[in-house]
Amino acid sequence: MRSKAKALTISLAIISSISLQSVLANETWKKQNSHSRVAKTDNLNYSQIVNEDVTRFQNFFVKKFPNVEFEEFNNGVYAIDSESREQWIEMEDFPPYELAVDEGKILFEQKFDNGKSYADCFPDFKKGVRQNYPRFDQKTNQVVTLELAINQCREANNTAPLAYESEEITSISGYLAFLSRGNKFNLQVNSINAYNAYLAGKRFYYSKRGQLNFACSDCHIKITGTKLRADTVSPGLGHPTGMPVYRSKWGELGSIGRRYQECNKNVRAVPFDLQSEVYRNLEYFQTIMSNGLEVNGPSSRK
Amino acid sequence: MSKSIKIKVKAREKNGIVQAKLLVKHPMESGLRKDKNGETIPIHHLTQLYAEYQGNTVFQADFGPGVAKDPFLAFAFKGKSGDEFLVKAVDTKQQTGEVKAVVK
Amino acid sequence: MKLTRRNFIVDLLKGSSFIALATSFPTMAFAKWNEKAFKAKQLKQALESKYGKQQIVDSGDILLKAPTIAENGAVVPIRVSTNIANTNNISLFVKDNPTPLIASLNFGETSIPEIQIRIRMAKTSEVIAIVEADGKLYQTKQLVKVTIGGCGG
Repeated sequence: MRSKAKALTISLAIISSISLQSVLANETWKKQNSHSRVAKTDNLNYSQIVNEDVTRFQNFFVKKFPNVEFEEFNNGVYAIDSESREQWIEMEDFPPYELAVDEGKILFEQKFDNGKSYADCFPDFKKGVRQNYPRFDQKTNQVVTLELAINQCREANNTAPLAYESEEITSISGYLAFLSRGNKFNLQVNSINAYNAYLAGKRFYYSKRGQLNFACSDCHIKITGTKLRADTVSPGLGHPTGMPVYRSKWGELGSIGRRYQECNKNVRAVPFDLQSEVYRNLEYFQTIMSNGLEVNGPSSRK
Repeated sequence: MSKSIKIKVKAREKNGIVQAKLLVKHPMESGLRKDKNGETIPIHHLTQLYAEYQGNTVFQADFGPGVAKDPFLAFAFKGKSGDEFLVKAVDTKQQTGEVKAVVK
Repeated sequence: MKLTRRNFIVDLLKGSSFIALATSFPTMAFAKWNEKAFKAKQLKQALESKYGKQQIVDSGDILLKAPTIAENGAVVPIRVSTNIANTNNISLFVKDNPTPLIASLNFGETSIPEIQIRIRMAKTSEVIAIVEADGKLYQTKQLVKVTIGGCGG
């Protein structure tokens, strides 16, 4: 009897220790890979975790399109489709967004009523600031996109904010992007709050939505390079680098948020508001995934 | 009549030929589109664009609504680096635009 | 309403779709804006309004560069050039557009008969470039496909 009880106790102990171990392992895995759960306070190396994510994400596309140089991924579908690339090169001869960049310069240089100007908020604008956005702002605990920063600058100088997707704000954003061309994105996630925002964006990217039940990843990872009706689906790598974008369809510049709304509507999901927390977190995640690529905004697309 | 049409010109000489490229900021409304409320957006597009060099009209483009928004045009004529030429445009609302370009 | 000079001019402006702006524009070396041709809704009408009943012959001396499949019908980049001597006009038509005549480009003696332009195409259609030289007409055509996109469209 005693030996039976002993055996039972031992096996129970073994089982529970195995369970405990697997539970612990599971928890660790979840912490490191949880795009379905927000991390709790513990000593994780967020920067390292995120950079590992970036490596995995980018390796997928590099392997999938072996003939594409890494630097070329910031040209979206034109990196992988030669026929549309030809038409894009024709457009780049004298791209339609040049008019908006010129307009953006004029707007950027206008002083606010209090005598200050955008240059006071973006002192490094000549060297380029686009590659620093979106950035995580610890004080307000939110992701700040370039468009949000433009309006924050206005509000800090007692000036009414611009409507998102208005010609003015996209022109200023386009001008700042233009001056930043060539600078590489290298956003680092260094705090738990930034990491949570990153996870929220990542969660959105991989979550199915809409009547068509597609996630961003379904098109831009799973079927990238194949056809969706007559469109070649662009790779997810590099999407934010050329923003704001002059879409031939729009006949004007628009930010990535406008495109998010369109994509969401295309899968028959209700779009979120421009510059909503959801979209800002998504832009944060996407831009981090494009670390190492150069700013090439504003850009033109179909 | 306002001189409100914005024209941006780039011109470069190569072997005695000026290669001119330009972009015009213009909605080029065909009169066939409807707005969100179902109202037809009225016609408003460029009709003519001229390049005037040394007193002569060296090139003239007549446009219909089939030209894309923010019209782009590239054309060439005999000329020299350092020379100037004028580009003028007019649209269906009699708005005009004018810009002086210097050949690189 | 009293007919003042101001009213008269405003009425004049309302009345026509194009006016020769004598003051700020040079003496037109080329034809007036051909309203009838630009508003014609069928290719045949547009051609007649522009060229009358004149015969147009196919020519291998016109280079028309257009994409096989347009990325977006809203902006289709086109190039036309020709080595036919004494070319004074190159015109572009899109057969199946609501108004087929797209543009008419006029060349002076010192200009080169070549053009780049971005056009609109409503749907898959033939793009036709017609060259006028020494009073004769020559043409070349290319089919350009305009597709319905997936999520990009």
